[in-house]
Amino acid sequence: MLSRTRISIWFFIGLSLLVNGGLILAAGVYEVANPPQHPVILFNLHASIWWGGLLFLLGIFYSYHFAPARAGDKQPSRPPAPRGDTHAEC
Amino acid sequence: MRALTAVYAATTLVHLSPVDIAIVVFYFALVLAIGLYLKGRTQTGEDFFLAGREMSAWIAGLSFLSANLGSLELMGWAAAAYQYGILATHWYWIGAIPAMLFLGLVMMPFYYISKTHSVPGYLKLRFGEPSRALAAISFAFMTVLMSGINMYSMALVMKVVLGWNINFSIWVSSLTVAVYVALGGLRSAIFNEVLQFVLIWAGALLVPILGLIDAGGWTALQLRIAHNASAEFTHLWSTLGSFSNNPMGIHWTGIVFGLGWVISFGYWTTDFLVVQRVLAAKDLRAAKMAPIIGAAFKMMVPFIVILPGLLALAVLPFKLTGETAALATGGHSYNEVLPLMLARYCGPGLLGLGITALMAGFMSGMAGNVSAFTTVWTYDIYRALIRTNASDKHYVDMGRWCTVLGVLISVGTAYLVMQFASIMDYVQALFATFIAPLFGTVLLGMLWKRTTSAGGFWGLLLGTLSSIGMWGWVKMDPSALRYVALSPHARFMAEDMYRALWSWMACVVVTVIVSYLTKPPAVAELTGLVYGVTPLPSEAHVAIYKRPAFWAVVIAVVFVALNVIFW
Repeated sequence: MLSRTRISIWFFIGLSLLVNGGLILAAGVYEVANPPQHPVILFNLHASIWWGGLLFLLGIFYSYHFAPARAGDKQPSRPPAPRGDTHAEC
Repeated sequence: MRALTAVYAATTLVHLSPVDIAIVVFYFALVLAIGLYLKGRTQTGEDFFLAGREMSAWIAGLSFLSANLGSLELMGWAAAAYQYGILATHWYWIGAIPAMLFLGLVMMPFYYISKTHSVPGYLKLRFGEPSRALAAISFAFMTVLMSGINMYSMALVMKVVLGWNINFSIWVSSLTVAVYVALGGLRSAIFNEVLQFVLIWAGALLVPILGLIDAGGWTALQLRIAHNASAEFTHLWSTLGSFSNNPMGIHWTGIVFGLGWVISFGYWTTDFLVVQRVLAAKDLRAAKMAPIIGAAFKMMVPFIVILPGLLALAVLPFKLTGETAALATGGHSYNEVLPLMLARYCGPGLLGLGITALMAGFMSGMAGNVSAFTTVWTYDIYRALIRTNASDKHYVDMGRWCTVLGVLISVGTAYLVMQFASIMDYVQALFATFIAPLFGTVLLGMLWKRTTSAGGFWGLLLGTLSSIGMWGWVKMDPSALRYVALSPHARFMAEDMYRALWSWMACVVVTVIVSYLTKPPAVAELTGLVYGVTPLPSEAHVAIYKRPAFWAVVIAVVFVALNVIFW
């Protein structure tokens, strides 16, 4: 993460939450506008909207906070750390 | 088994919408992208087999737990909760937490300071080549077999739930795992396991939340279960005073000494599948913290696995049955409980994420098996016994090819399991009891400096043979279970517990006797390997809230409280 060539695992996780949350949120909104003929149990709680929205927000946070460019900008002149003594993954 | 899949092919539990399919496809694309990205960072043997030993405590801890969340873990224990009630939680709490804390606080320093690549590698350092060879060959064989069984379980679930062709499921998932592990080695497996861990929670957490709302809360859930099944289904300990008073037909001594001591400590402290993740930690403190972080999350897993099984008992308008009865009546089997609950509450998008969570669980378990197999094969069999003086690059290449080969063998095993369904039960039983004597050997080796090489080898060998012998005895004569499990009321779930206990005791007794009959090892040979002759780094300068022991105590207190609450 600290080297500009390294991407944090948390960035991949943020990306996953962002895309999945966005798709679920969009599907939830579509279902509210076009209610299904056979809704799931507790459809009235609109879990897709709040759960998808929560994942989407978490995805934005992690994708931004651990973005490769942002991490690289933070450490432009730091010399490479010796192997086994880095905190490269988080 | 073919008949089973043929019948299931006609009806599927859920139908995925385009949004669901997009989520599944994105998941596969992302794990492959991670593998491709990490290939450039995987050059040496240390990179490929030990992820460069640079993982933080959090990454190692989450990966440690995720590698254990395989197909049998997710689907199997949800089904067990439906069948046996909250007793299934013992496999997550007493059957895991004490052992994980013990690994972090007591055993990890010796694994880490010895700089071993693997658990068989530790046995080589402590007891010599014969013990390593025995442990490595057994582990490699059993691991690749388990990987195939996991693969087949996943393919069967995809067939049942989605109606996917079983060959398609097996090849797509296995090739995906083969590609990302072969490219990035253990680092890729660990990265993906952490991603899979997050997806498992994101996809599975809604079911218990919505289920509890649906059931009217925990108290209402208990009442409904008491009405639909039995009040015993919601008690952890109070029914274990007698074999005949609980749905599992097990006694508390089996749970405490068989599961909580031998099986649990054996699996969590000596099974290289999980220990490998912790060996990748960046320093000793991270290596000690990783299992403790894993234990904190392990304590919460029953919320997404056991609770859905209990909720199904309360809210489903029909009864689930065994597979044979489900086939005969056209109903649903216990193993379908998790997908059924997903389908009940999750609409488009959420359903895709839930299915992705199941697949992520299957693939993390499979990748864990394959990466552990690759390391043990390359370092403990190939380099130790076949080609001892090759270059580091040669061993990395061997690791990459071995990953592909391991997956292909697993695929072959998956097809073998299809022909002989009962192999699954046999291998699980053998696997569970193989690690019991291994635990005895490693424990004595680490904590008792008088243990000799001959004692370690013969204890491991005879302990394993005694386990296999008891298993064969009960298979040939089922009435022998009353002697192995000490009660005519014991059922099959009790068998593994007691067999593990006896085989562990056989290993310990043989090891001690042979050690006293042979020349003790020189103390100088034991430095870095054995308690009492290994200088351990002091933590006096570390703030108390940063010490592994502090967090271990916190988790132990929560663990005790949970057991009392659900007594």
